[in-house]
Amino acid sequence: MSWRGIGVVFGKELRDLLRDRRTIISMIVIPVLVIPLLMLVFGGISVKMVKKAAEEPAKVMVLGEEHAPALVERLRELPRISVVPAEPDYTNLISDRKIRAAVEIPEGFLAALTSDAPAEVRIYHYQGEMKSQFGADAVRDFFNAVKDEAVSNRLAAAQLGTEVLRPFTVTRMNVAPPKKVGGNLIGGIIPYVIILMSLTGAMYAAIDLTAGEKERGTIETLLCSPVSRTQIVLGKFLMVLTAAVATTVLSLSSMGGSIVLGSRLLASSSGGGVKLPFVVDAGGLVMVFTMMMPILVMFAALLIALSLFARSSKEAQSYISPLMIIVIIPAVAGMLPGVELDYVLSLIPVLNVSLVSKEILSGTLHWGHMAAIFVSSSVYAAAALGFAVWLFQRETVLFRS
Amino acid sequence: MIEVRQLAKHFRDRKRGLVKAVDGVSFTCTPGEIFGLLGINGAGKTTTLRVLATLLQPTAGSVSIDGRDVVREGPEVRKRVGFLSTATALYGRLTAREMVEYFGRLNGMPEAALQARIDELFTRLEMHEFRDGRCDKLSTGQKQRVSIARTLIHDPQVMIFDEPTNGLDVLAARTIVQFIRECRERGKTVIFSSHVMSEVARLCDRIAVVHQGRMSVTGTVAELRSHFGTEDLEDVFIRALEATT
Repeated sequence: MSWRGIGVVFGKELRDLLRDRRTIISMIVIPVLVIPLLMLVFGGISVKMVKKAAEEPAKVMVLGEEHAPALVERLRELPRISVVPAEPDYTNLISDRKIRAAVEIPEGFLAALTSDAPAEVRIYHYQGEMKSQFGADAVRDFFNAVKDEAVSNRLAAAQLGTEVLRPFTVTRMNVAPPKKVGGNLIGGIIPYVIILMSLTGAMYAAIDLTAGEKERGTIETLLCSPVSRTQIVLGKFLMVLTAAVATTVLSLSSMGGSIVLGSRLLASSSGGGVKLPFVVDAGGLVMVFTMMMPILVMFAALLIALSLFARSSKEAQSYISPLMIIVIIPAVAGMLPGVELDYVLSLIPVLNVSLVSKEILSGTLHWGHMAAIFVSSSVYAAAALGFAVWLFQRETVLFRS
Repeated sequence: MIEVRQLAKHFRDRKRGLVKAVDGVSFTCTPGEIFGLLGINGAGKTTTLRVLATLLQPTAGSVSIDGRDVVREGPEVRKRVGFLSTATALYGRLTAREMVEYFGRLNGMPEAALQARIDELFTRLEMHEFRDGRCDKLSTGQKQRVSIARTLIHDPQVMIFDEPTNGLDVLAARTIVQFIRECRERGKTVIFSSHVMSEVARLCDRIAVVHQGRMSVTGTVAELRSHFGTEDLEDVFIRALEATT
């Protein structure tokens, strides 16, 4: 079969589609501009807000101040805390976020310090609410310090040193190299991004090239040319695949760029010294992309096949939306912790590349699994492409009206 | 030259079962004449023409164009056929020139010959002034000329027109009609379908009346008029239908 016809069709579709505003937006503008903008702007804003919440003095109510007045004076002097007058309505004030926390000092607190019966200091907070957490933490830290003082005093009174409290220390040490740490963190996200972006980038192209031709009425004239139907559908398929690959590459590059830029900004705003604790392996990325190519081929073929059934762009979209939902499930499953890749899972499309990407980016190269995945993905891709080519020969599909 | 022998095309429809869109049609078209297929909507005209253009495969019977069977030598037939249905079916984002170039390349024309032919066609059709304009920005008349150029780019000897003036006003329709006449003057084989009696009367040398997938009568306009004893083609048509049923 001559490749010339495929090339002619592909060349025209490429030129035609690049002039379409919607394609430019979904294929180029969104990955290159919108994603970094969202990441940097929202990332920046949330960092700022967290910082502000942490630095603001927390409004804390003290209940039972009369039970330990000297202590409360020390509490007032803390810059992190701003003590407000006691009110009986404190639970509502905390829930309504008017104050961040309340601490209750029980009666007989001072006496308990030097006796055997422990007193209970209660800290009331709004669980899960960030500012309340900061407030409650500040109070807790203060009381922990007071507790440590009391412990030291008791030890001194019993003529013991503080080392009595520490028979041994327990320390955690990370031995995984930065590559593995990084790989585990984002190894699940990258295949998800690739799958999502390749579908959204290719979807519009697939619809425009098939259902769009029917809508415009150009399909008949195209089929009247001497180029075979197989060559036509392969030329269109190549265009859809190109759109998928281009969108994916642009998305990953801009995400990577944003992360680097974002961490630099973070470093400069917090006075340097904030380094990402992980490193992304470029070689691993290339390998992941190679493993994903058969999946992209399968997607492009499926998108074309589905759109071919439709009589209009809207109808095509209604066929493609369920596909996206079906695909997201295994893609997300790949991000779940604790899902282990084995030979059985290597045969499940989309899920297999999700899992293996995580492994590859962590530096684990299980060649057996990778071979099984690449071969099975290629089989699925070939089947999908064969299906699309077969569909394009059927009169009932081409001339649905 | 078009030779159609006992052509049948059946479809399976979920609701209606087996639909015999074309059911045993035979006719011949010779070069230098305009052959008209006359019939109401759903008579089977479009289906017949699509089989001629190799868009559909016959269920039974045979069609040969310039001696080549449409089933066995599809690509060869398509090289010799120019097909025009709606004159406004263009790729909107391409320019007039790119539109015609695309079809020239699909026909395998070498670049130099293609460019020379484009120049010649654009001159003949007076298209140079808008050749770099995007198709969706052209006027109806300009779009028609682009479609005509596209149909002629590979210099086909057989021209198939499927209700080409559908939805066009009088002036727009005249351009197409003029073009069809020119094809005949140049010795091409021309087949043309319509349900507009006046157009058929004005253009066609021979007519076939098609109804419910079958051909009811064939003959020159003069023959049919005298056979049914009336000058009015609409009456001829109605009487031809009555004769069949």
